[in-house]
Parts: sequence; C-alpha cells; structure tokens
Amino acid sequence: MSYLSIKGLKKSYTFKPILRGVDLDLCRGERVALLGANGTGKTTLLRILAGLTKPDAGSVTINGMDIVHDALQARYRVGFVAHQPYLYDELTALENLVFFGRMYNVNEVHERAVALLNKVGLARRARERVSALSHGQAQRLSLARALLHSPPLLLLDEPDTGLDEGGNELLADILNEHSERGGATLFTTHNLEHALSWSDRIAILHAGRIVYTRETEGLELEDLQETYREVLRPRTKVLS
Amino acid sequence: MALVNQETGLTQQEAVAKARRREPGLPVASLVLGALSLTGMMISIWMIFLYAPTDAIEGQPQRIFYFHVPIAWIAMLAFVVVALAGIGYLWKKDERWDWAARAAAELGAVFATLTLITGSIWGRTTWGTWWTWDARLTTTLILWFIYIGYLMLRSYMGRTHASARAGAVLAIIGVIDIPIIYESVNWWRTLHPQAEVGTPGALPPSVVLTLMVSLTTFTLFYSFLMIQLYQLQRMQAVAQRLRASME
Amino acid sequence: MIFLKQVLTILWKDIRCELRSKQTWTGMGLFALLVLVIFNFAFDLRVDNKAAIAPGVLWVAFVFASLLGLGRTIAAEREKGSLDRLLLCPVDRKAIYLAKLLGNLLFIGVVEIVALPIFAALFDVPLFGALLPIVLFGTVGIAAVGTLFSAMAAATQARELLLPVLVFPLIVPVVISAVRATGTLMVPAANEPPWLGLMAAFDIIFLSASMLTFEYVIEE
Repeated sequence: MSYLSIKGLKKSYTFKPILRGVDLDLCRGERVALLGANGTGKTTLLRILAGLTKPDAGSVTINGMDIVHDALQARYRVGFVAHQPYLYDELTALENLVFFGRMYNVNEVHERAVALLNKVGLARRARERVSALSHGQAQRLSLARALLHSPPLLLLDEPDTGLDEGGNELLADILNEHSERGGATLFTTHNLEHALSWSDRIAILHAGRIVYTRETEGLELEDLQETYREVLRPRTKVLS
Repeated sequence: MALVNQETGLTQQEAVAKARRREPGLPVASLVLGALSLTGMMISIWMIFLYAPTDAIEGQPQRIFYFHVPIAWIAMLAFVVVALAGIGYLWKKDERWDWAARAAAELGAVFATLTLITGSIWGRTTWGTWWTWDARLTTTLILWFIYIGYLMLRSYMGRTHASARAGAVLAIIGVIDIPIIYESVNWWRTLHPQAEVGTPGALPPSVVLTLMVSLTTFTLFYSFLMIQLYQLQRMQAVAQRLRASME
Repeated sequence: MIFLKQVLTILWKDIRCELRSKQTWTGMGLFALLVLVIFNFAFDLRVDNKAAIAPGVLWVAFVFASLLGLGRTIAAEREKGSLDRLLLCPVDRKAIYLAKLLGNLLFIGVVEIVALPIFAALFDVPLFGALLPIVLFGTVGIAAVGTLFSAMAAATQARELLLPVLVFPLIVPVVISAVRATGTLMVPAANEPPWLGLMAAFDIIFLSASMLTFEYVIEE
C-alpha cells in the first residue's frame, strides 16, 4: 500500500507540455531520488505534490487523499524544501519557525521551534534576522521549517546544492531518521553519489515521463552514470 | 519526411491538427446571422429615417435615439456575456469560454465607446453641451473604464490561464457592481438635477416599433460579430500552440 | 478555530515585517498630508463654499493614500515570487484574503487617524463623532475591492498603473456615498438618500465576492 501515488500526471505551462504522464509510487519509509536534466519538470512535479500548483490531468493521492480535492488536508502531510528558502527576511529564525508552526497548527510551537533550531545547528542564530544568514544557514532553516509539523512525506528540491559538507551530513542524518520513523521521501539532485547513498530507489525523469527506476541496492556508481548518460542522450526520430 | 519533435513526440501536422479542433456549426450560424443582420440593417435604416415620426421638440437629431439605445444595450449585454463566460471558464476550465470572454470584451469596449459618442452628440443637439452627468451616460462611462481595465489586464498578463482567471474575476466583480454604480449615481443626481439624455413620457407605437426593430438588428449584428471574434481568438490560440510545439 | 488563528498569525507577521522595513507607513502618511496641503492651494476654501468642497478633498486624499498602501502590501509578498510561502501552508485562501484585508485596513486606518485632525485644522472644519462609521464603511469598501485587485495587478509589470485603473471605477459608489455622507454631516440636508446604508450593502457584497474569488487570483 503506497503512501504517495502518482498516476498519469500531466502539466503544461501555456501549451508547452512539461509533464506528460508521470507514474510514481512511494511507500512509507522509502527514499526515492529523482534524477533528470535541467528543465525537465522535476521542480514542477515537486511543486504539484506540495500543493503550489494544480495538475492539468492525472491523479495524485497522499495516503488516499486526493491532492486537488483535499488540498488543505494534503498540505498538512507534506514538508517541502525548495530552491528558495520560503522564509521571511525581516523576521528572525525563531520567529519564522513560530509563524510556520502556527500556520501548520503545531502543538507547543515554541518548544518545537527551539528543538528544531538545535537539530539543524542554528541555535545560536535563533534571534538573528534571516536577511543576516548565509545561504547555507537559510537552507538549514528551510529544512527546519519543513520538519516542523512532522510531515509523513518530505519533498526536497536539490537540497545538496548550497549546503557545505557539514550541511550534507546533517541532511543525510535527517533523511535517515525520517525514513526510520516511517516517513516517505522524494528528493531531486544532480549529484549521482548523493542519489545512490541517500536513497533506496532512483527514478529518472525525461521528456515528461519516468523512464527508468531501479533499486539502489547493489547498484554501482559507474553503472548509474552510464545509464544516466544513455537515457539523457538527445534523440530525434525521422519518420517517412 | 516528418521530423518528430524530441520533446513533444508530435509531428508538426499532428500538433496543428490537435490545436485546430473544428467548431462544428459555426460557419453556418455565421452566414445566417450575417444575412439576417444585413437585412435587418437595411430595414432599420429605412424605418429610422423614413418611417419613424419626427420628434416635435427635438426635430431630426432625435433619430440618433434609435442608434444610441440599442448600442447602449449591446454594451451592457456584452459585459454580462464577459462575466458569464468568465464564470464558465472558472467552472469548466475550458479555454473556449475564455475565447468568448475576450471576444465579448473587445466588442463591448467598442460599443461602449459608440454609446458615449452617440450620447454625447445627442446631448449636444438637445442641450447644447457635449456631456451631461446623467445616470445612464455616467454609468456607461464607468463601464467603459472597466472594459479598458479588462483589456489592459488581459494584455499585460498575456494568453495564460492566470490571465483568464484574473479577467473572469474582474468581470464578475464588475457585473455585480454596475447596478450599484447606476443606483448611486441616480441618487447623487437627485441632488444635482441636470440635463438628461432621454425621451421622457409615453412613446407613440411607431417609435416603439422602430426602436424594437433597431434593437433586434443590433443584437443580431452583435451575435454575428461575436462569432467572428471568437474565431479570431481560436486562431490566436492555434498560433500560440504552434509556436510552443516548435520550440 | 484554525481559520481565525491563521488569519491573525498572517496579520501579525505582516505587521511585524512592515514595522521592521518601515517602507509603507511613512510613505503613506506623508502622501496623505501632501495631498491635503496641495488641495489647500488648489481650492480656495472660503467660509461659504467650504462645506461643498471639504468632503471631496478629504476623500480624494483617502482614496489616493489607500491606493498607495494597497499596492505595497501584496507587492511586498509577491517580490521574489514568494506568495508561495503562504500558499504552501495548509491555509484556506480566504484566510489569506482576510489577513491581507485587515492589514490594509490597519495601514490605511492609521493614515486616516493622522490625516483627520490635520484636515480639521487646515480647513477649519469641526470633527464629528458621526464621521467614524462613514470613514469605517468607506475604507472597508475601498480595501475590500483593492485587496483583491492588488493581488491581480501584482502579477503584472505595470502594477502601479493597473491598480488604480481597475479599482477607481469599481469604488465609485463608495466615493459618492462617503463624500455625500460627510457633506451631510457638515451641512444637514433634508431628503438625503441613505448613503451609509448603501456603503454597508456595498461592503457586505464586495467583501463576500472578493473573498470567494481571491483564490482564483493568487493560485497558480
């Protein structure tokens, strides 16, 4: 029984098709790395799952709830870390977390916020405005924001870019912890090493569809690189 | 040989065919409405200038009434069409509703302009001033601004779904507002009685008949024009799809 | 009630951010005062025609100051395309509208509170307590429509131009009613239509309509 179920998902931006029928399932405790070239719709897919935009066709269910009809309830179950940190510059780190905590109806918001700041290593920066944080620190805060409401589904869009070595370790820990607790994770990345070490399964998105999936157990880096190159090779068919 | 676009998987012909979903029945309707409008126009013009009696007070210039009233009616009708098409789009998410909305808005703006011009001319001949703040004319002026605002908004936002949604919301708010605007201007006028553009009192049957014929003719003409502009919108959508599929 | 809690949370956040950035308040306050001063030179307010013109002057100042403020709040959110920050949350879009509306009312209200005594002083017009409901209903009317359309205009390049073009025609009933109601206060007249009632009806109708249609404007 999959926690996240995507069937035939289609999305176009002004008649330019981006997603052409995506099928993907995620089970509890599973971590999936989504690979693909730039502009192929990885971010669009995540944005749809996070409830920021609606699909044109197809269905997405999170724990049985349809993402369009039960949009509000679905959002409670998703935590999203995107390219932009989705934070308020004029507020402090702590204030940001308290704000989002209240929006997500988190219990004992203050304590939870402080605990998460500790977890991502920003405890000393709690009372600093986000505008004063470095990009890496803002990304960590964004991670904390996504975890506030303990979402069963975690979505991360290229979380490893912009993070330093310590940040990457933190990320790996959080991903492990999340899946040990039974949470599902879907993240995108360009780094094939991270894809292999942080996930249980990889999927490649190309030309608007999932064209390849494979368990990472027993998969070697060189093989993955070869497959990746092969799938992404440009093709033009000539019909007569 | 047909090249398949590697991204879309469609050939050029398939892309065009897909976008060009034919609208059955419209060419016939267009022809019929066109013929009816033309006939109607000829009858109307004869009636307006030859059949209808000359007004005792205003004289010949009063005949502009037979143009002004139907044109004003169409300007209002078109706005209701924009709002209804907007509701249709928000509900069904089918872009054809939006084509109808844009067509109606362009037509409505033109007719609103004509209403203001004919009203102004009529006022000039009757009262000697180019403008009076009478309730109908003022409301039409505000309606004209709303039309222009709508066209500006659609233009700035381009041919996108967001643009269609924004236009629909504007039209819905506007159509609810128009009666309120009219009433408030009416109340305001009772304090500043001014020249009014209109024909007071009971109207003789020949006048009423001429007016009805003119009204019907203009409505037919409007429907005919709506089909033309709708097709134009459809063509623009096809062109947009073509451009997108080629990249 | 989660809905209410979210409205207040967003409102509190907006106030905090605005206080810290200090951009909107000062600009709007100064603007309202400037308009009043300019009108002093534009109109020669002698005793006899004061009552005829003063209400108009006041409300023109309020309308222009409101438009300035309306543009700012949603524009601030939309900079860097970050209305997403709110859309991400499990919050009813109507709650976002209400929060933005209340924020706008607060900003415009502060400007009005500052401008009114100065208006009374500059034009030697007595301030009436009965002015309060008129100002309240009028401002709610302008803000109800303005909040919706500032979200719309914020998506375009020419937002400063588009917002007044869209909003002015629609708030005509409010402007007429507010000016006439204020005028009646200063110079009571017989058989005056129920302007306050019209404003109240306008407010209710357009608050509802805007709240219901807001989600179509801000969702992608």
